Amino acid sequence: MSNTPDELKYAKTHEWVKDNGDGTVTVGISDHAQELLGDLVFVELPEAGRSVSAGDEIAVVESVKAASDIYSPLSGKILGVNEVLNDAPESINDSPYEEGWLFTLKPADNSELDALLDAAAYAKHAQDEEH
Amino acid sequence: MPFIPHTADDVNRMLSSIGVDSIESLFDEIPEDLKCGALDAIPTGMSEMEITELMRQRAAADGQPACFIGAGAYDHHIPAAVWELATRGEFYTAYTPYQAEASQGTLQLLYEYQSMMTALTGMDVSNASLYDGASAVAESILMAVRANRKSKSRRVLLPRSLHPAYRKTVQTIVHNQKIELVEVPFDSATGKTDLDALDSYSGDDITALVVPQPNFFGVLENVDALTSWAKANGAISIAVINPLVHAILKPPGEWGDEGVDICCGEGQPLGIPLSSGGPYLGFICCRQQHVRQMPGRIIGGTEDLDGKRGYALTLQAREQHIRRSKATSNICTNQGLMVTAATIYMALLGGEGMAQTAAAAHANTGRLVEKLCSIDGVDTLFDSPVFHESVLRINATPKNVLRSLAAHNVLGGYDMSKEYPELGDAILVCATEKRTEQQIESFRDKLDRIMNRQAKCPVTPKFDQT
Repeated sequence: MSNTPDELKYAKTHEWVKDNGDGTVTVGISDHAQELLGDLVFVELPEAGRSVSAGDEIAVVESVKAASDIYSPLSGKILGVNEVLNDAPESINDSPYEEGWLFTLKPADNSELDALLDAAAYAKHAQDEEH
Repeated sequence: MPFIPHTADDVNRMLSSIGVDSIESLFDEIPEDLKCGALDAIPTGMSEMEITELMRQRAAADGQPACFIGAGAYDHHIPAAVWELATRGEFYTAYTPYQAEASQGTLQLLYEYQSMMTALTGMDVSNASLYDGASAVAESILMAVRANRKSKSRRVLLPRSLHPAYRKTVQTIVHNQKIELVEVPFDSATGKTDLDALDSYSGDDITALVVPQPNFFGVLENVDALTSWAKANGAISIAVINPLVHAILKPPGEWGDEGVDICCGEGQPLGIPLSSGGPYLGFICCRQQHVRQMPGRIIGGTEDLDGKRGYALTLQAREQHIRRSKATSNICTNQGLMVTAATIYMALLGGEGMAQTAAAAHANTGRLVEKLCSIDGVDTLFDSPVFHESVLRINATPKNVLRSLAAHNVLGGYDMSKEYPELGDAILVCATEKRTEQQIESFRDKLDRIMNRQAKCPVTPKFDQT
């Protein structure tokens, strides 16, 4: 069973969002998502400074046999990206919620954050998708 | 014999099982006005005997002229071993090698091809080829637009000195993709891309700059200055080269301060016959950092479980069968047979043989230009070093002169007046290593006679009256 930390929020498209408490959030992909993708070999990160809307395709993660889009879970502005992933994309497999974070974002609208799934709802969503 | 395995009975059974009465009705959802209708201009089939006779007659109609036309396709010597080996069954029938376990020979050949192309161009990576030079330029531009994420303009600078057919193909392929193509003029004295004109774009958001070497006029461009300009202005540099010339000139991977980003071109000079314009092969190479934006097949070298060398398709997540509509290109095949010939050609000649071929073609063209310019009313148009082609201004109408030469079994050059009316009466001539002293001498004599006769003749030639 995948790990789904309680303190995070989740999008149905399998991104997690961590509220940093200073008006910024950190975004990554869930343990469940990295398990489905398999060993990652490449991550195309977004440009820092870019303004995005919730649902925009902003990054790509590539495994040996597939490439998948990452969607921005929130609207806002990209602040920084995890440059470590350029050389070590496997960090996402090893540590999806810590070293494998993708980018930080300054949300434009906090109500979008509230509308995301909590851990229990996401775990159920992921399980439903399996069947 | 039709190459379709289904009998009429099979087809009827399939149609009835899905409740449709004809194959045509499967296309009902296409609006009538979009359908092209019957193909009335297509003749009925011919037997093998009839088609052989037709082809024999057409080949005979071409004659055996001495070819002094280049303009993108070149009449080079091809050692007999090239096609003797390339048409062996093991190579001839091989198709896209998805199944590594059954395709090691083909995969190794493609890997060798890629290795040779990177050595020749000084780039990090090569793919397994594209269709032809023109589409390779278009693919390179699409690739540059994807790779240059800092640029938002999607503006690409395209020199007017680039092959006109390449410019048209690029226009066709990219014009519906919100990419703006901007033409950069050439200097009328040197035939090189005008650096002052280019400088007027300094500081603008430019996505990519195309750098031809040599350019369509045969002229060697200031590639270092052009590549450095692109770098300084945040543009991706795309070299469009004749691969043969880089057996003797500095490779694109070393142009400017850091080399170009992408290098592409037409591989026909590497052992592919002219054959009325195709099939040829396009090539594309790039720096490692751009490889995920590269289109087409890439073969990688690896080791199997027993530690033995093996080859397989790699970085496939760029491609259509995995990435679907977001693939780097909708063309994911390669010119397998042409690549086979090019690889054998390069392996046979080696770096030294290719350098000798390039040097011989350069020297021959120098001799040709000198001879032709000894004729009254013929002169070089540009004051610049060339590789193996040169633009000559002639004091006569190119179309008429070339027609007369063709009647004397000499293909005397490419008429520039249609694509470059600003050059006046001009032809583009080329002498590869195949052209002999006698052929060059004979070309000179015939051109001299034709031009002097036309200058003195009181009667307008018949073909001028239309």
